[in-house]
Amino acid sequence: MASVTSRDVLARGFRVLGRAIKDEPRIFAFAVGGSVLFGGLVVGSAYVIGHIVGKIIVPAIEDGAVDNALLWLGALAVLAISVLRVVGIFGRRLGAGYMQFRLQARYRRLVTGRYLDLPLSWHHRHATGTLLSNANSDVEAAWFPIAPLPFAVGTLVMLLGAVGSLFLTDWVLALVGLATFAGLFLINVFYSRRMAPRQARAQLMRGEVSAIAHESFDGALVVKTMGREGQETDRFAGQARELRDALISVGRLRGLFDPLMETLPSLGTLAVLIVGTFRLRAGDISVTDLVSIAFLFTVLAFPVRAIGWVLAELPRSVAGWDRLQHVLTATGEMRYGTISPEKSDSPARLAFDGVDYAYPTGADTDDMAAAATQDEHGPTVLHDISLVVPEGRTVALVGPTGSGKSTIASLAVRLVDPATGTISIDGHDLPDLTAAALADNAALVAQIPFIFDDSVRANVALDRPGIDDDAIWAALRLAQADEFIARLPEGLDTMVGERGTSLSGGQRQRLTLARALAGRPRLLVLDDATSAVDPRVEAAILAALRGGEQPTSIMVVAYRRATIALADEVVYIEHGRVVAAGTHSELLASTPGYADLVTAYERAEAEREREHAYEDEGAVTA
Amino acid sequence: MTTTATAPAKAKVVNETAEERPESTWATIRRGLSLSPELRTGLAGTLFFAIISMVGRAAVPVAIQQAIDKGIAGPGGLDVGFVGTVAAITAGVLAVTTLCGYLMMRRLFTVSETALANVRVRTFRHIHDLSMLHQQSERRGSLVSRVTSDIDQITQFLQWGGVILIISAGQLLVTAGVMAFYSWQLTLVVLVAFAPAVFVIRAFQKRLAGAYGLVRQRMGALLAAVSESVVGAPVIRAYGVSERTRTRLNTAIDGHKTSQMRALRTSVIGFSSGEIAAGLATAAVVVVGVQLGIGGTLTIGQLTAYLFLVTLFIQPVQIAAEVLNEAQNAVAGWRRVLDVLDVAPDVADPGEQGVSLPEGPIDVRFEDVSFTYGGPIVLDDVDLDIPAKTRVAVVGETGSGKTTFAKLLTRLMDPTTGTVRLSGVPLDQLRFDSLRSRVVMVPQDGFLFDATVAENVRFARPDLTDADLALAFTELGLTDWVESLPNGLATRVGERGEALSVGERQLVALARAYVADPDLLVLDEATSAVDPATEVRLQRTLDAVTRGRTTVAIAHRLSTAQAADEVIVVDKGRVVQRGPHDKLVQDSGSVYGKLYASWLEQTR
Repeated sequence: MASVTSRDVLARGFRVLGRAIKDEPRIFAFAVGGSVLFGGLVVGSAYVIGHIVGKIIVPAIEDGAVDNALLWLGALAVLAISVLRVVGIFGRRLGAGYMQFRLQARYRRLVTGRYLDLPLSWHHRHATGTLLSNANSDVEAAWFPIAPLPFAVGTLVMLLGAVGSLFLTDWVLALVGLATFAGLFLINVFYSRRMAPRQARAQLMRGEVSAIAHESFDGALVVKTMGREGQETDRFAGQARELRDALISVGRLRGLFDPLMETLPSLGTLAVLIVGTFRLRAGDISVTDLVSIAFLFTVLAFPVRAIGWVLAELPRSVAGWDRLQHVLTATGEMRYGTISPEKSDSPARLAFDGVDYAYPTGADTDDMAAAATQDEHGPTVLHDISLVVPEGRTVALVGPTGSGKSTIASLAVRLVDPATGTISIDGHDLPDLTAAALADNAALVAQIPFIFDDSVRANVALDRPGIDDDAIWAALRLAQADEFIARLPEGLDTMVGERGTSLSGGQRQRLTLARALAGRPRLLVLDDATSAVDPRVEAAILAALRGGEQPTSIMVVAYRRATIALADEVVYIEHGRVVAAGTHSELLASTPGYADLVTAYERAEAEREREHAYEDEGAVTA
Repeated sequence: MTTTATAPAKAKVVNETAEERPESTWATIRRGLSLSPELRTGLAGTLFFAIISMVGRAAVPVAIQQAIDKGIAGPGGLDVGFVGTVAAITAGVLAVTTLCGYLMMRRLFTVSETALANVRVRTFRHIHDLSMLHQQSERRGSLVSRVTSDIDQITQFLQWGGVILIISAGQLLVTAGVMAFYSWQLTLVVLVAFAPAVFVIRAFQKRLAGAYGLVRQRMGALLAAVSESVVGAPVIRAYGVSERTRTRLNTAIDGHKTSQMRALRTSVIGFSSGEIAAGLATAAVVVVGVQLGIGGTLTIGQLTAYLFLVTLFIQPVQIAAEVLNEAQNAVAGWRRVLDVLDVAPDVADPGEQGVSLPEGPIDVRFEDVSFTYGGPIVLDDVDLDIPAKTRVAVVGETGSGKTTFAKLLTRLMDPTTGTVRLSGVPLDQLRFDSLRSRVVMVPQDGFLFDATVAENVRFARPDLTDADLALAFTELGLTDWVESLPNGLATRVGERGEALSVGERQLVALARAYVADPDLLVLDEATSAVDPATEVRLQRTLDAVTRGRTTVAIAHRLSTAQAADEVIVVDKGRVVQRGPHDKLVQDSGSVYGKLYASWLEQTR
């Protein structure tokens, strides 16, 4: 069974190579040209050496004198072949390398391009580590055999030439050659077949090791604070040992292949010696021929390995290619519409109408399973959500932890699409708007701020047109971030580090808030976006937003009473359903769940005061 | 607590050494070998097999010389029997050397893979042992690559090119030896012909190192760009900046490609000199050899064998050119791994020499503690006591130093000056196993592992029974929430817990700390994303179950402060007030008074 699949893998591997040749036909031709030149010269050099021995060395030593002209001609021929070989090597190695690098770059562009085009729901289904390795190691794996490919193709041509020249010299010795080449070929096939499953397993283990390392370092703080370094190391060590065993099994096969590949041509040379002596005695060949052919076998040994390199890497290449295809053929990218309304200065109106949402089914790490589950959904988390954020108004979404508020926020700016129902801005269904119109009109500030590894300026402006330094400072001022930015050593030019690690949580939130405000959105969606900001700072930000000169409709996910109090309307969510909507005081009176939530602190304090009073009383009476 | 000020400086060193540093390849290899003594296991046997297998390299040319001189052009004319005998003996020799070659490689792979797996695990552990400052100062991806792609590069090189390179080196030595045996004069000629090429290649080696250094640097930039486009996908969508990202990605991709091409050109040009030298050497052997032959110093067979030997002598140079790129990367990868291993953890476990925390409730004492990340002072001369069994809230504005306080308290960092004591024991003398089992901190970012809710809670106590687990959630009043999950406690939380909302992640993180049953619990805004009703409920249950232990809660929701026995107010790195809420709030002009007024404004 293993051999069937590995034969299948080889066939598919050849198709991947065919794809590479189709993508880069000219460079491939150039590289193969260089390689064929090289191979021809390898065969040629054997005959030149044979002639030097037969025509120059033997007569010279036997006669005790040499024809100087002939000697220098021989030497010159050797030099000329070397120079030409350098030309061949240039063509072959530069061609092969350029081909490999261009293919890598081409597919990296394609893969990362898909990342940008595919919807967030697709991203949610794939582990970050997987996507990173798709663009990195999978691209490398897919095109790894390209480096030795022209060499291998040139070697095949060279072998044909060698067999041809052998037949021209002597058919008996040619048969010895054929037997040797057939043996080399068989060893190569055997090797690559046996290697395929081992390589695949090693590659799989590499992925596992990497996944554990990613996760463990991602959660380093938890590991440290819980003192679980030892257990984590054990978990990692178990997987590392499996990888080690897989690699050792690869190495053992390699250890068998290399000496055999080395020895077989030597055995061929010995056979040539014996058979050649018989043919010499029969007068069918000369010493020149014998030496030429023996030499040929010696110089062929090295290039023939290139075939093994290509074949051995094919399984890895196919595995990499399959993973690339999984990304490249993934469908379901968000289709944007064509409507691009004139951008006005007036605030927008957002409406949800009968919206259901179900998360796509959980993580699929299995490539094949992905296609099947693409359209399936997990449990529904939002049910029949209808709500409106009228022009210029502020609507607060309130609900217990895990009730679906963040999902509504993502739907409002079309990070994800609903399963059923419609969401519209100013009466335009979101899917009818162009991507640019959507981004121009609506902005989301997420709960966990994301900062690019770039300057403050770039993080706020994001290269959007019309955002100059004045606009940036204005936005920073509005987000109460101007003071701490001004205190940074290089102001707007300060690099904030990966994910903004040089800033505090509250600073990161304010920076992302400024990013949203800089685009002067007509609809602003704040998803608990000020949770790490101190109450006083938040109050100032909200006041600025309320009384600011940027007229904006706001949807805000909030727990804080003050934030809620600023809202014109409150929508109360529980378990993915709108339970009640109205003003704060209406809901306080009508909806016990809401009242419980927003008055929690007051009630807690009141209770504490009662307890205190009781304790004090107790103290007095005691 | 005197040597701790250097933390940020050391962290910086890791960054710099991650890329180019003027260390020679040999120095790296020596350093690597000294860190992996396992590599010497069975070395003698491996060398023995290696030496025998190398002999096989010279067998064929010697056979040819013998066959020509004594069997073909010998004094007795053609002697088929002699040639046959020579061939048979040589075949026997080849069988033995091939077997030895296999045995050598087998041993080599087993030993080297085992050693590298150990290095991988040690590096993994070492990275976890480094302080938070170190971990933060490096890109997380680059830490991961220390134990993945860097070591993979070494093993892949060993599998692919390393063995070829070792064999080639052996082949070079053996053929050189046999060549010298046949004719020292010709060997001198060959060495002279190769001398210029050696200088050229050496000169190119430097340029190559630079060129490949650039390739690695560009690869780092490429990975960073890809990572950003993946992790930042929501922001890229929400702001419609796909094109900007695409441009950045393409620039990084093309930059990497260009650098690869440049390195390749340098390598090909450098090694073409070896090819020319080979031609020069062969031609010189022909010319000089014929003269020597006429002079009677060399037979036809010897000269012919010599030509074969020169070819075998040249091959390693060609092979080196094919695998050099890999070798460069492998050595660089090794260097990066060693550089991380060489960083001594500055917040180190005293281990055996350390002491354990005394039994019972823990009290905390800060003695003149100051902390700076290298810039402005974050905590300034803090001096305070937290008696055992009290519940303390630490409040203050963003950037006031609250979180730093929590990190110093749990020894995630060491103070720049001053001492932190738990139950009288200076923190840096406290063994980590004692510290981490008795003191638990719940960070604000409730990181979860890609597993079920139950497995995440068990992270703190693997031996926890199902019943105890369920009980823990019941005690925390979270039964309703667990029941609302699609699969209850068996619900998978996704990568980093992202299948749950931020607030839900905090609930799981809290449960995880709760079952760890610490004597000192430090909460760093651990419920900041949880709704108020749930938070109040949690607060109450935590109060009940942590009675008799010490709790320090960093909070910006003042409800926590109201419930605490005592409030510590931090402002600009200094403790400005402390006392029970009721007392502090009476001074409305104080820092706390203002904070509280604002809090009331927010919540009423």
